[in-house]
Amino acid sequence: MKLSLPWLFKPTIFLLSLIPFLYLLYAVLLDPESLGANPVEHLTHETGAWSLRFLLLTLAMTPLRRLSNSSYPIKVRRMLGLYAFFYVTLHFLIYAGLDLGLDWGHLGEDIAERPFITIGFLAWLLLIPLAATSTNGMMRRMGKHWKKLHKLVYLIGMLGVGHFLWLVKKDLQEPLIYIAIFVILMLFRMPGKALRFGQSS
Amino acid sequence: MLIKKPSDIKSSEITDPQHYKQRREFIQAGAGLAGAAMVSGLWLPETAHAAREKLKNIKKSSFSTKDKPTSYKDVTTYNNFYEFGTSKSDPARNAHTLKTTPWSLQVEGEIAKPGNYHLEDLVKSSTLEERIYRFRCVEAWSMVVPWVGISLSSLIKRFEPTSKAKYVEFTTLHDPKQMPGQKRSVLNWPYVEALRIDEAMHPLSIMAVGLYGEVLPNQNGAPLRLMVPWKYGFKNVKSIVKIRFTETMPKTTWAQAGPREYGFYANVNPKVSHPRWSQARERVIGSGSIFTKRKDTLMFNGYEEQVASLYSGMDLKKFF
Repeated sequence: MKLSLPWLFKPTIFLLSLIPFLYLLYAVLLDPESLGANPVEHLTHETGAWSLRFLLLTLAMTPLRRLSNSSYPIKVRRMLGLYAFFYVTLHFLIYAGLDLGLDWGHLGEDIAERPFITIGFLAWLLLIPLAATSTNGMMRRMGKHWKKLHKLVYLIGMLGVGHFLWLVKKDLQEPLIYIAIFVILMLFRMPGKALRFGQSS
Repeated sequence: MLIKKPSDIKSSEITDPQHYKQRREFIQAGAGLAGAAMVSGLWLPETAHAAREKLKNIKKSSFSTKDKPTSYKDVTTYNNFYEFGTSKSDPARNAHTLKTTPWSLQVEGEIAKPGNYHLEDLVKSSTLEERIYRFRCVEAWSMVVPWVGISLSSLIKRFEPTSKAKYVEFTTLHDPKQMPGQKRSVLNWPYVEALRIDEAMHPLSIMAVGLYGEVLPNQNGAPLRLMVPWKYGFKNVKSIVKIRFTETMPKTTWAQAGPREYGFYANVNPKVSHPRWSQARERVIGSGSIFTKRKDTLMFNGYEEQVASLYSGMDLKKFF
């Protein structure tokens, strides 16, 4: 794959990834009606969905490199991962700040008593060290440990889609779509290389 | 059973002929509107609201809360009615396919007068009352809704339940053509809910036929839905086509779908936790900005004084 303006690739992805946030920010500040009857729930669900989408996009970059035989997916993998962290942090802040009104007692009770919140919270916690060690400097300093640490993203993905599945009351269609995509992306990483088709090099 | 507030309507009260005529007109107008809605639905599938029809001669009730009602828009666009889709905005978009006139009600079981009743006949001979009730969903959100309804106890008395009638079961229409959400087996259709007979006979229990002084919109359960304000919203079964009186406890839809999460009683109870939602607090729909805090949920949704005696001696943690 050849891009005519390769230096535009990363900034374009950066701006595209910001659109969901800008859209929600616009709605909150200038068009609150569009958030519907339960704005806090709407914001929570939207930021949650975008967290999962960015997490899956991040996990799609390695297989995409193999399929496309291009290095472009890898150029934006870190950025997409950081966007996943950005949206899940927003998700958590909206839930803890707006929904629970920063009531630590209620937050503790939710994390302890409601399993879907327990695993969602755990997924967010586990993302923090990954975001913190995402710089080139940290990569260099950590050496082989870096790769080991960042394998946590597979567990985080599992917790994330599990969180979605567990919170849904009855209609499982949407979370099952996310789970299916996650499973496919994991199959690419199987040691048997079952899904490494399209590799031409 | 101890009833703190007597109903201001006696079941013996007879509707005068003028009201009778007006109600006939309303029902006929409703038929026309339903037709118009179906036709307009062909061109405008997004049409949520058919023309709104006023109900007349509605009596006020001392059971109404003084809380500020949730806006008409929020009450009619944020609905759980899986028969029209599982998203909150689906019912307002999709419910125009439901044809609510004519509507008949199959009544059977442990009663002296079973049969197939025309809804029109049942409603025209009843007194319409406005009941502004708090409404608490199991998903930890709440509204205040000005229902228009008829007393459930006076309706039940017409069918003359026998001494064996211990429970009343209500069933929603099952017709995937009119209710497209039923094409997917999200729940075990048709939707069934039930009450103990003394719960059904309680003066707070009504059958709602209207909202904000107008004919009930389809997405809110037209033409006839249950409204028992001290229970979680899912008990209040919508678009009812069958009422059955039984001696044994009926199997109800959500209690079967998730027996550890949804009980038969489903009384609003801040002390009984739920694996998905804390029931201690609730988000009031439409109450200002995104910075508005949740409010504490009240025992029996604030109707403790009126209904607690129904459950005296029962372990409400066990019978949730």
